[in-house]
Amino acid sequence: MLRYIGKRLLNYVILLYVAVSLTYLLAATQLNPRALWAVRQPPVDPVIVESQLRQYNLSENVPLFERYWTWLTGVLHGDWGYSPVGLNVAEQVSTRMWVSLRLLLIGTLAGIIMGVAVGAWTATRQYKVSDRVITALSLLVISTPAFVVGHVTQILAIMFNNATGTRFFEFIGETGDVGNYPFADLVDRAQHLLLPTLVLILLEVASMSRIQRNLMLDSLGADYVRTARAKGLPQHKAVMKHALRTALIPTGTYVAFAVATMFVGATFTERIFNFPGLGQYGVDAITNRDVNGIVAVTAFSGVCVLVGAILSDIMVAILDPRVRLQ
Amino acid sequence: MSTAVNAAAKPAKRLTRGRLIWRRFLRNKVAVVGAVGIMFLVGLTLFGQYFLYWKFDDIDTNAFLTPPDSAHLLGTTQAGRDVLALTVRGLGKSLLIGFLVAIISTSLSAMVGASAAYLGGWYEKAMLWIIDLILVVPSFFLIAVATKGAPEGESSWLILVVLLAAFAWPLSARVVRSLTLSIREREYVLAAKFMGISPFRIIVRHILPNASSLLIIDATLGVGYAILSETGLSYFGFGVQAPDTSLGTLIGEGANMATSFPWIFLGPATILVFLVMCVNAIGDGLRDALDPNSASGGQA
Repeated sequence: MLRYIGKRLLNYVILLYVAVSLTYLLAATQLNPRALWAVRQPPVDPVIVESQLRQYNLSENVPLFERYWTWLTGVLHGDWGYSPVGLNVAEQVSTRMWVSLRLLLIGTLAGIIMGVAVGAWTATRQYKVSDRVITALSLLVISTPAFVVGHVTQILAIMFNNATGTRFFEFIGETGDVGNYPFADLVDRAQHLLLPTLVLILLEVASMSRIQRNLMLDSLGADYVRTARAKGLPQHKAVMKHALRTALIPTGTYVAFAVATMFVGATFTERIFNFPGLGQYGVDAITNRDVNGIVAVTAFSGVCVLVGAILSDIMVAILDPRVRLQ
Repeated sequence: MSTAVNAAAKPAKRLTRGRLIWRRFLRNKVAVVGAVGIMFLVGLTLFGQYFLYWKFDDIDTNAFLTPPDSAHLLGTTQAGRDVLALTVRGLGKSLLIGFLVAIISTSLSAMVGASAAYLGGWYEKAMLWIIDLILVVPSFFLIAVATKGAPEGESSWLILVVLLAAFAWPLSARVVRSLTLSIREREYVLAAKFMGISPFRIIVRHILPNASSLLIIDATLGVGYAILSETGLSYFGFGVQAPDTSLGTLIGEGANMATSFPWIFLGPATILVFLVMCVNAIGDGLRDALDPNSASGGQA
């Protein structure tokens, strides 16, 4: 067993190493940091540009492999390099991942729980009016990209604010004007968190309820549920104890995965509501031709994905007695 | 027993597989609406220029940033361009990209998945490893990085198509592989193998047709996925580049002013949501129609 886990972990490490290396090579050849200085007015002396680029290991005049080697030895010593303007990439990632987590924690967890509940409930009411309405609504939300949902909620929030003459909905950044009453900063944060969290919950519930509904339909039709009913178990007990519990096993793996990738952030939601999280950082890094930055984001999310994969395997082992026995 | 008698008595009434699928598809009303919607949108992009008054590059100097009215059904932009005409043009590009990416990525996943399962050995291991490799990195960022340094010009969107397809195939390739694992043990595949037919021919002629329902559904849902990826990238300015336009670039431009001048954003956004909904509805309908185990297919 240990041997198997060890082999698997080694495979993951190699996988990650190759993926991140390829990303570095791609970013180092495609993003040209020198272009940042080309648009400066008055023009910057090319010698200064070159020396700054060389200082941060970004000059394309250095052979690609040499740059890669410098970068790799740095990474092995825990140094993820600097952006073209000299920001420490590792520091950026380590502060921004917590911003992403603060944004996503409530939204993801509440979304999953509500999604499971809605999905399981609609499955027990298959083809009734409530099921059809919820199915249609979730189809609508699934077909709507996150950036459209985000902007539409902003438009609605502005309309609400204008109609009531208040500033109840805040949607730019993590914090804003803090009032002068007890716990004002908490209230302020909650106000800023409200809209993006609603967006995240909406998106999560829509996709999660579809998945859970299908899982639940499968287990509701299973023989053991019919047996339980035939033995005289009341409907709600058969549903909750026999159907829902088995239908939750795949959901458990999904939850493990979602928790691990929460640090990676939600690119669109962060951008629209101006949360300086990791998703926003990735987009900014590409726009600002920050080679080291985008490679660090990729590597970090790669780690999160693999941790998520391991966690979901563990979850299956915990939840599914068939796996546990083997 | 009675069905057998009926079938013998009325041989003319026998359904072909195509007819059966068609009938089952028509039974799903949402899917039919979706199909009609897609036909409408495709027609709009193909023939819209002949009956729409404004062209996408016309500038109405009497209407800058006007809300929707009788002259401009969806309003105008800051530069005085008609939002409806722009939307139709962007829709065309998004549709084209969606269809191309879906066809390429589904063919790729079919070939890789089927060949991995059929050939086995180190080739299968290598392919599965490559699939894992692609799945471990965030494709959104990698495509953005790759398009950032890509050559610009008229046909730069073709590079985007290749990139989107290159990152879209792995998941369905896995599904095709596991399906092929059972198909390759069937008698007709073994018979073909012992007749000395080449592996490539067996995969194309004997294995893939038996996975066709999965592939058709995968391609349909792939269109929606590709359109969402393309618009997401273009929204951030990474995908389709100016002067070219897609629904994503239009939404991205309109989003900056969405709270004060919502119509620039709402026009293309509504069309995008409608388009993806239609595609997803058709995918659901096809799944019901093609899957022999589907419960919602009803009789025949």
